[in-house]
Amino acid sequence: MNGERIVGSAVPRKEGREKVTGQARYVDDMVLPDMLYGATVRSQIPRGRIEQIEFGPGIAWGEFVIVSVKDIPGKNCIALIGDDQPCLASEFVNHPEEPVLLLAHRDRYALRKAVEAVSIECESFPAIFTIEESERCSEIIWGSDNVFKTYCIDKGDIDEVWSKAAYIVEGEYRTGAQEQLYIENNGMIASYDAAEGITVWGSLQCPYYVHKALMVLCSLPAEKVRVVQMETGGAFGGKEEYPSMIAAHAALLAIKSGRPVKMVYDRAEDMAATTKRHPSRTRHRTAVSAEGKILGGEIEFTIDGGAYATLSSVVLSRGLIHAGGPYYWPSVRISGKAVATNAPPHGAFRGFGAPQSLFAMERHMDRIARVLGLSPIEIRRRNFLKPGEMTATEQVVREPIDLEKLLERALGLSDYHAKRERFARENRTRTERKRKGIGIAAFLHGAGFTGSGERYLSSVVGVEGCADGGIRVLVSSTEFGQGTKTVLCQIAAEALGLRYEDVTIAQPDTMQVPNSGPTVASRTVMVVGKLVESAARGIRQTLSVAGLIGDSYSADEFRAACRSYISEHGQLRSWAQYEPPPGIFWDDQKYRGEAYAAYSWAVYIAEVSVDMTTYSVSVKDFVALQEVGRVLHPVLAIGQIAGGVAQGIGFALYEKVIWQKGRMQNNQMTNYIMPTSSDLPPIRVFFEELGNVHGAFGAKGIGELPMDGPAPAILNAVEDALSFPFDSIPLLPEDIFEALSGRPPEIESDLASAAQ
Amino acid sequence: MSDSPHSSRNRANSEISFMVNGERKLVRAFPMERLLDVLREQLGLTGAKEGCGEGECGSCSVLMNGTLVNSCLVPVLQADGASIVTIEGIAAGAQLHALQEAFLECGGAQCGICTPGMILAAFHLLRKKPDPTLEEIREGLSGNLCRCTGYVQIFEAVARAARGAETTSS
Repeated sequence: MNGERIVGSAVPRKEGREKVTGQARYVDDMVLPDMLYGATVRSQIPRGRIEQIEFGPGIAWGEFVIVSVKDIPGKNCIALIGDDQPCLASEFVNHPEEPVLLLAHRDRYALRKAVEAVSIECESFPAIFTIEESERCSEIIWGSDNVFKTYCIDKGDIDEVWSKAAYIVEGEYRTGAQEQLYIENNGMIASYDAAEGITVWGSLQCPYYVHKALMVLCSLPAEKVRVVQMETGGAFGGKEEYPSMIAAHAALLAIKSGRPVKMVYDRAEDMAATTKRHPSRTRHRTAVSAEGKILGGEIEFTIDGGAYATLSSVVLSRGLIHAGGPYYWPSVRISGKAVATNAPPHGAFRGFGAPQSLFAMERHMDRIARVLGLSPIEIRRRNFLKPGEMTATEQVVREPIDLEKLLERALGLSDYHAKRERFARENRTRTERKRKGIGIAAFLHGAGFTGSGERYLSSVVGVEGCADGGIRVLVSSTEFGQGTKTVLCQIAAEALGLRYEDVTIAQPDTMQVPNSGPTVASRTVMVVGKLVESAARGIRQTLSVAGLIGDSYSADEFRAACRSYISEHGQLRSWAQYEPPPGIFWDDQKYRGEAYAAYSWAVYIAEVSVDMTTYSVSVKDFVALQEVGRVLHPVLAIGQIAGGVAQGIGFALYEKVIWQKGRMQNNQMTNYIMPTSSDLPPIRVFFEELGNVHGAFGAKGIGELPMDGPAPAILNAVEDALSFPFDSIPLLPEDIFEALSGRPPEIESDLASAAQ
Repeated sequence: MSDSPHSSRNRANSEISFMVNGERKLVRAFPMERLLDVLREQLGLTGAKEGCGEGECGSCSVLMNGTLVNSCLVPVLQADGASIVTIEGIAAGAQLHALQEAFLECGGAQCGICTPGMILAAFHLLRKKPDPTLEEIREGLSGNLCRCTGYVQIFEAVARAARGAETTSS
């Protein structure tokens, strides 16, 4: 056996060849014999009671399979955390994209006409569309108070700090909905057979979420439901929960028709009906000493969950825990609330609440700096968390993190000081058409499920020997671009001292792979990877106990041993199940303790230029420096960061969902604008490795981190350029125009309100 | 609905003859049927993907008579007599094209859904400009959206393929 040599190297992506040759099979590339196409008829109104469903003239309705709520064999819900979201509306509708009826036909063009010919007549009820309307409770649309969930983190004695403060700084920050905009729309194919049960093939992140939802909906035992992931063309959280809905619909149509049914959304339906990032509002009130030390603060974090609870409680939880950023708070009260509105449910999107609350924190740090007359660098430096200190949830930082060092390196890489000075000088000469600015964001992102989440999941991973002597990894963790297949194979190969080519990985199929948990929360490499490492070592142990390999062996000797074991015993398998690391404590009630087994840390710096004629902002340079533990695959890791930064730039400057009565009006790529190749700056990615002990070979989470920093760094840079604080994203040219031509800058009023 | 593809497809009233990846193909189709659907459904060439159906994302890109087109916007009638190249026609048998190799090495493909269109756009760019500047690459690929990569590694892949081609030809 050699030393480590596969982790850390840029081995070829396992499914790369299929992807570059057009051979990779996505759900829409699959056709089954006698397959029908399925479609969804939706409510159209935000809230009301269904009175009558009319099937219009000119359609041969007899040719169509029609499914309503009466055709559901089990419970009418999409089982997730709670079961409040119906699969099909029965009496009431609570958002304008609520599914009411399903149709199937062999010809998808006929289907489109038929969907238009159905009219759902409703008695309309008053509806609510914003956080504030929901809070006023003029209409109660969910529970007794429109509140899905509240949490509170309380550390120290916050009521005592205000009298000791030299400054009290307040701010309110908002973020808008954001569409994941994976390029492959959501889609599923379902087939049903009375003996075999339901099988679905689809574009999805979490096979066992779909599996559970179908069991509940169809009243079928686990072995009668099979979920297979097809190649998945991007997800970003957008295929965490909604695939269960589409699978449910396709399954109902397949059961009723007795034929396979394909449901693939077109772009307009996907954008309008499926989940988006939760809109948010964060309020900060912070007590600061004369020396620029945070003494304590209150943070109120509120998200708009849409019409059903779905994942909002967990998004809220992650947002809340990240709300204090990478800073030391002697006292803090962070209260969070997820509220209901009559919009389609908001859901998972890379970062999962953290990009929202960290946007607020990092804008607020610049506000504090301004009030105190400190630089944005200095205020951060004076308040960074250090090893041994406690986070807001009273988790002791045990990682050897050095945020000052990260900061210094990022400042150097971006030439921050020289640029800031030069831009300030140049911006003063008002003849320049462009104003320039540079901004910073420092942040952290917890890897894995929050709190007791991983303990509840209790993920299982398998590794098996194959008849040809190779090794196969068995996980339900899915590949949708991040490199799951590649990195998990690297880990298994490394653990066994094999070549990368000796290891393959099963396509996630609930008949073939154990439940290694959902592919979310930056948990795959750190949590699942560690289990793969452990299961792989189990294989080595079995072969060693059988006397087939010694302490050292070549890859070919291992393969021979594997072959002979299988020919003798028939099967060579090893399983590993998650066990919480010792000394982990988490209190679900008080929200106190080890919120995450490990955090990744970062400092990002954005340089912007604002055109004073068009008010458009362009990002000119972007430095992304992070500490994510051991980088297992440099090319994939850079790809994760650069891609996340690009989505963050879109979140900050381009991507605005236009709502009208709970419906997305700009549900097209033509008018919902994501960054193109000519909109983006050079995104310069750097890693700092500090010798971390978590995860497989020291790797922590990476996937979500890069979504957190770009928006605040960019808005901080815009403030640096324009001397005007913008606290709401997306920030579009019209917002800047309106602000600069109308209201007086808030900078003076901030200073006035500071209690000195 | 007399002119919908549905009612007319049964009549399959137009015969379209074209070259696809160097082979002559004859299909019967409704004249306004999208080239994308004919390629995917009649010819089984599923490398071209539908991302938006309105010419914004470029994931259905193919080359038609050497020009990069969004096949979701091309009525198949317009392709009659044309020469079409899809992602399936880029590699020479098992030997990947330099662009495909470079996309693999540089991380230009993540989820892979935009990759066929992106590679064809890059292929088209390198035909026009064998040694493009970074700015020309950015501009040349700006009709093809990628949500995964932030484009950085795609630019690297195109630059590497261009350099590779130069080295081979010199």
